[in-house]
This record gives sequence, C-alpha cells and structure tokens, in this order.
Amino acid sequence: MADVVLKTKGLSKSFGALQASRDVSLDLRPGEIHALIGPNGAGKSTLIKQIAGNLTPDSGTVELLGRDVTALDTVARARMGLGRTFQISALAMEYTVLQNAVLGALGGRGRPFHFFRNVMKDAELLERAWDALERVGLTEDANRRTADLSHGQRRQLEVAVALTLKPRLFLMDEPMAGLGTAGSKALTGFLDGLRQEAPILLVEHDMDAVFALADRISVLVYGQIIATGTADDIRANAEVRRAYLGEEDAA
Amino acid sequence: MMLTRESLLNWAMIAALLIVPLAAWSLDEPFIITLATKAAILALAGVGLNIALGLGGLISLGHAAFFGIGGYAMGILAAHAQNYDPLFEWPFLFEGSNQMPLIWLVAVVFSALAALVIGALSLRTSGVYFIMITLAFGQMLYYFAISWSAYGGEDGLSIWVRNEFPGLNTLDPIQFFTIAYVILCLALVFASRLARSPFGLALAAARQNEDRVQAVGLTPFTLRLTAFVISGAITGLAGALFADLNRFVSPTMLSWHTSGEIMIFVILGGVGRLYGPVAGAALYILLEHLLGGISDYWQIFLGVLLLLIVLFARGGLIGAIAGREKAHG
Amino acid sequence: MTYILVLEQILNGLQLGMMLFLMAAGLTLVFGVMGLINLAHGSLYMVGAFAAAAVAGWTGSFLLALIASLAAAAAAGALMELVVIRRLYRRDHLDQVLATFALILIFSEGTRWLFGSFPLFLDVPSYLSGPVSLPGGIQYPLYRLTIILIGLAVAAGLFLLIARTRIGIQIRAGEADREMIAALGVDISKLYTVVFALGAALAGLAGALVGAIQSVQVGMGEPVLILAFVVIVIGGIGSIKGALAGALLVGMTDTLGGVFLPQLFAVFMDPASAASAGASLASMLIYILMAAILLVRPSGLYGGNA
Repeated sequence: MADVVLKTKGLSKSFGALQASRDVSLDLRPGEIHALIGPNGAGKSTLIKQIAGNLTPDSGTVELLGRDVTALDTVARARMGLGRTFQISALAMEYTVLQNAVLGALGGRGRPFHFFRNVMKDAELLERAWDALERVGLTEDANRRTADLSHGQRRQLEVAVALTLKPRLFLMDEPMAGLGTAGSKALTGFLDGLRQEAPILLVEHDMDAVFALADRISVLVYGQIIATGTADDIRANAEVRRAYLGEEDAA
Repeated sequence: MMLTRESLLNWAMIAALLIVPLAAWSLDEPFIITLATKAAILALAGVGLNIALGLGGLISLGHAAFFGIGGYAMGILAAHAQNYDPLFEWPFLFEGSNQMPLIWLVAVVFSALAALVIGALSLRTSGVYFIMITLAFGQMLYYFAISWSAYGGEDGLSIWVRNEFPGLNTLDPIQFFTIAYVILCLALVFASRLARSPFGLALAAARQNEDRVQAVGLTPFTLRLTAFVISGAITGLAGALFADLNRFVSPTMLSWHTSGEIMIFVILGGVGRLYGPVAGAALYILLEHLLGGISDYWQIFLGVLLLLIVLFARGGLIGAIAGREKAHG
Repeated sequence: MTYILVLEQILNGLQLGMMLFLMAAGLTLVFGVMGLINLAHGSLYMVGAFAAAAVAGWTGSFLLALIASLAAAAAAGALMELVVIRRLYRRDHLDQVLATFALILIFSEGTRWLFGSFPLFLDVPSYLSGPVSLPGGIQYPLYRLTIILIGLAVAAGLFLLIARTRIGIQIRAGEADREMIAALGVDISKLYTVVFALGAALAGLAGALVGAIQSVQVGMGEPVLILAFVVIVIGGIGSIKGALAGALLVGMTDTLGGVFLPQLFAVFMDPASAASAGASLASMLIYILMAAILLVRPSGLYGGNA
C-alpha cells in the first residue's frame, strides 16, 4: 500500500479574476482523519471538486494511491476507491433507502449491464447494502422512500452508500451539516472508528467535531493553505487565529 | 406477489386487449380486430419509448426515426422480394424477404444502430438540447426518406401481400393480431424485468441523481446510451409490424408528429408506468375511432385532453385509477 | 456556373436565414428568460400567415396584412401564455413538450376547421414585385430583398431593445437569475407575457412574409419550427446573437447545399443519380452541420449551459 493515499501537488484553479485554488498541496495518510477547514468562500468546494474529478485544475496534479489521476473523471476515481459524500445529499429520492444502498453496492461491484435478474434479490449486493445500513443505524428505515427521510437520516444514508463501495479513502463534504448535537456526536463517534478502515479527508464546519476527530488539520483561506498541523498546532497558529478565528469572532 | 390496484388494472387491460378482438372474431367483426392490432403495435412502440423516457428520463422527440426505420426495413425487404429484384448480389445474392422473423431482425438491428449513432451524439447534451436534437435527427431521416426516390420518396412504398410467418396465415386478422399481441406481451415482460434489473436500478438512479451514480463509479452516459439503443430497437420492431399491418410505409412514419404521438401513448397512460403505453395506445385508438366518427377535427379534443392531463392529472389514466406510484421494491 | 448565380443563391440563403432568425429569436428569448421549450411556436407563425391572408383578402392592403399578422400572433401568443404557458414555467421539460404539442393539435385543427384544408394565397403587392437591379448586374426579386432588409431591421431592433431599454435590462436580469428579478420589484408575470407576445409577433411576421412566397396552409409552421430548433441548438440556447449566427449558417447551408451539391455530385456521377444523391444529401446537410457543431461545442456557438 502506498504510504500516502491521496496527494495533491500545486493545485491552482481560477474562474476569471477569482483565484479559487492557489498552489494547494496536501496529502492524506493511511489511518488518519485529515480535516480541511476554512471560512466560507475559501475555496473548499472548488478543491473538493478537483480532488473528486468534477473540475480540472489549471495546473497541478492529483495522485490517488500513488497514481496520477488528474486526467481521470469522477467515475474512474470512484472505481479506484474514492468514496464520497456530498455537501447537499445526492441520493435517488424516489428509491427506498435499501435501493440506494444496493445502488452503491452495485457500483462497488461494477458490471451493471445485467438486464434480467432481479437486483433486489442479488444476495451479494444485499449483504453489502444491509451491512452498510446497519453500520450507520438505518436498518429500521430500509424500506422507506428516501424522499421521506429526515435531513439527518439522509446524511446517514450518504455515508452508508459510500461504505457500500468499500472505498480506499473517504472524501466527506460537511457530513455533520444540519445534524443537531446528538446526531453530530453519533457521527463523530462513527467516523472515529472508520479511519482504521480507510482514511478520511473531512471538510467540516463543526469545529467541535473537527478538533475532536482530526489527526491533522489544514486551513484554507482565499484558496491557499495557510497552515497544516495537529489540532494543537492549529489552535496555537497566529496566522490562523487572525485569518480564520478572527473572522468568526467578527461574525 | 402482492396484487396492488395497479397490477390488477394491468392484468385487466392486457386481458381486455385479448378479449375484445376474440369477441370481435367470433362476431365476425374484422375491423375491430384490426383496431386492436393497431393498439397492440402502437403500445409496443410506446413500451420502447418508455424505456428511454420513463426509466431513463430521456425526453426523446425523435422516436419516429426508429419507428420509421422499422417500417422501411419491412418495406424495402418485402418490395425487393415481391419484385424479384435482388437487394444486393455481393457477398451473396439476397432478393429481399417476405418472412416476418427475418424482417423483424433487420428492423431491430438497423433501428438499434440508428439509435446508437443518434444517441451517442444527442446524449452529449441534456435538457432542452436533447429534446431538440433528437427531434432534429428524426426530421433529418424524414427528409431523407422524402428525397429517396428509389423507395417511393414522398409517396411511400406499398406491399401487395402481407408478409409471412411460418405456420400462420398472416392475412387472417386474428392470426396477425395474435402475433402482435404475443410480441407486445414479451416486450412487457422484458421491460418489467429490465426495470428491476441491476441495469434498470442504475439507469433510473441516473435520472434521479446523476452525481450519485457517478460517485458510485457508474457512467450515466453508457447507461443511457444502452437504454436508448434498447428503446429504439423495440420501437423499430413496432414500426415493422405497423408497416406490415398497413402493407404500406411512407415518410409519415418518420415525421415528428409520429414521435409526438408515441409520446402521447406513454403520457395518456402514465409516465414511468410499465403498462402505461398499453392504456395510452388503447385510449388513443378508442378516441380516434369514437371522436373521429363525430368530427373530422377530433385531434382538437385529443389536444384538449392531453393538455388537461398534463396540467391537472400528472399520473395519466393509470394514475387516475390506481393512485400514486409506489417506490419499486 | 456563374458568379451571378452564386451571389443570387447567397442572397436566397440570407433571406432564409432572416426568416429563421425571426422564428428563432422568439424561441430563444422564451427559453432564455422563462426556461420554457415551446413547440407551439410554429403555430404562431401559422396564425400570423392566416391573419395576413385573411386581412389582405378583405382590404387588399399588404401593409395592413403585415400589421394584422403581428397583432394576431401577439394576441394569440399572449392568450396562450395567460391560459396555458404560465402554468408550465415550474414544470419539467416533458410537461412543456406535451402541453405545447397539445397546443399544436388544437391550433392546427382549429385553423383547419375555420379556414378549411385548402391553402390560402397571399400575393406580393405590386410595389414589391418584380426584380430589382443590384450592383454587379444581379437581378434579384425586390420582395425577397425586402424580407432580408426587414430581418436585418428586426435584428438591429432586438439588439437595441435588449441593450438599451428598461425591458431589455429586465430580460437580461431574468436570464441571469429568475429570483433576482423578482427581488428587483419587476412584475414577472407581466414581463413574461410581454416577452412571449413579442416572440409570437416575430413568428407571426415571419409567417406572413413567407406566406406571400409560399402558400398559407395548416402545418406550415412545423418545418420552420424544426429548422429554428436546429438554429438555436447551433447558436446556443438563450442567445440572440447565437440565433442570428445560427440562422445565417443554416440558411446558407440549406440553400447553397440544395443548389450546388447535385452539381458537385454531377462531376463524378451520371446526372440522374447525381441529382437524386445530391438532393438526398442536401436535405440532411444542416443536420450534419448541427451534429458537427455539437461534437465540438455541445452547448452551441454562443451557449453557456443548457
């Protein structure tokens, strides 16, 4: 296994005059949670999209498991083992919870071009799907329509679908958003254990969760990483306090 | 299997489509058998479109292209056969054919190929572009057929005798109906298996949320293109049968009105409902027959009905009777 | 083949392009501002032509006929918008396609019921008929030249309208952001009706102008509608500039292809098969053009995102 699971080197991306990413280099190591924080508009979403393959950087490279994937699309990166959760839940809303999980399992297995057998009777896919639902605590809701789920349950399902892929790393975009205290706590506990399975690059606004979980934290301001380090390093970093926490105080 | 109201209704419809022509046969009313045959064939075209439209969410206004290609496959093969005029002599001598199975095979293969090409180009876009581009490609074939004088141009192509099916007398209305009905039933079974298959799950997910499908490592484009090809092939088969029913094929089969009508069958019945096209085509034929008897301008009523369904009754006929669609399980 | 013939065909292409622009401008505006695909735009073209033919029949005045075509199509458009179209803005494209297809059935059969199936004729007025001498010794029909000039004037007017006037600012704001424009205190539903009626009036004018060259009959709007779709797919949906560029490209390609492809084929084929093969290919040429442009730019020449 590569000693670094994910690595970006000098990623830059501009939209007209706006430079959304400036020379961003970061990495994700086995077994860790690496949190990416920054004020609104710092360019977190743009960076995530370049890592996931939705956006091509103007310059710089993305390496996944030691391989340069800059030219590959989202599908290829997902197949290589990138499991992603979205900031705004991206689920098939007409489907049941179980169907969404089975979809994930199907993606994880590949080969969707079977036209006759009943996918909801495929033992292998069902096992993967139920397993993931059980881990996030959604088994009771498996037959409910996804559109009828609460916001928090949809966040859980996002994580479950990512789990069905058995990914090599997770890319989680604000999984705690809108969860409420109890929900955040439960998910924090869950992610804490998950890092042993696959490392997590975590974009999160919930600072309690970030400081409780992250092995390392990178701070993004105006598209640039101004600091990377442990929670204590970041708390003590003067530049971070000025650029980031100062803004929080003002707001 | 749980019998929901919708599945009861489906069984009732498919039974009615069999019983009505059988009754007409015993009462010696061949015209009604022909109407039922037409309904079954148009329903088949709708079942094809519904795979792209209902399952895949692909709003194709160009399915007349495949319907017409199927029609011309019949017309061209049968015309060469009846005129003893070889279609080609190399690499082997081929004099056309009046055998339905071979005609169907050719219709399916060529409409699938056309769907592959049109789909590969159109699916690079989405939304309104997709609608307009499928419409435009359909129209391209329409104009091509008009200017293709070797096969009748604008006047179309007539066949003297209906093509043959081994062991059956296809000129007997009830026997030809049986052929169309069996094919429709097979297509419905196929479509229902498809909707529940791994492919169907992924395809319908791509309609609901493209990002999700990509994030689990599946390619929406390939899924959609495959659906488009299957859809085109089934509609093409319907085209071959339709031309055989009329013993005539003309550019009208390729016109965008035909595309609109096939879409109407799907919508009148209810979008995304497996049996929607059956209900829709039957209703369409019924309206055409009943209203057409009252007024030459019956399509005004069809237009008003369609408008009312779109504005006020999204579920179509099946939706109105069977209620809101449940998630497939 | 002489250069006069070539120039004449270029003018013909320009004339077709201008007609297509009148159709495409309304379609693309309605899509850009309201996000609506309107298949019944061709019906408005037909309404304009029938209104013009009817008024010309009563009064004998071509000018009054043109005014009638604008007024009738604008009124039909406003009515269409108020009764049906405004219920569709929030619906998906499938509903829009079906409802506007239903409108076509209603308009076509309704017109057939009112006017019968036989084509009507609208004559080019005497002061616009006959040829005119252009520099370079070209004799060109004055009426066709007039169509080109009217098309250019409408194009210039539209650009001015959008660039300079209050309603133009509202249109641009509406294209950029539909919520934003409500926040600006613009009466959206009125703006939508006005934009729709404007597009309808242009389609009606096109119908009347073409009606004097061809016959006025039910279904006349549909081939033009589909060409207009090709135009805005090529130009990029929502862009007036794209509509103009696309219209000219399609007009030229269709006209020149139809004339010169058979001649080109005749170089290496016998005349009969050259004529038929050339005509077949020419009928497909604009769609091939469309496919080629799509391969390079899936959202059209001036398009943003679909």
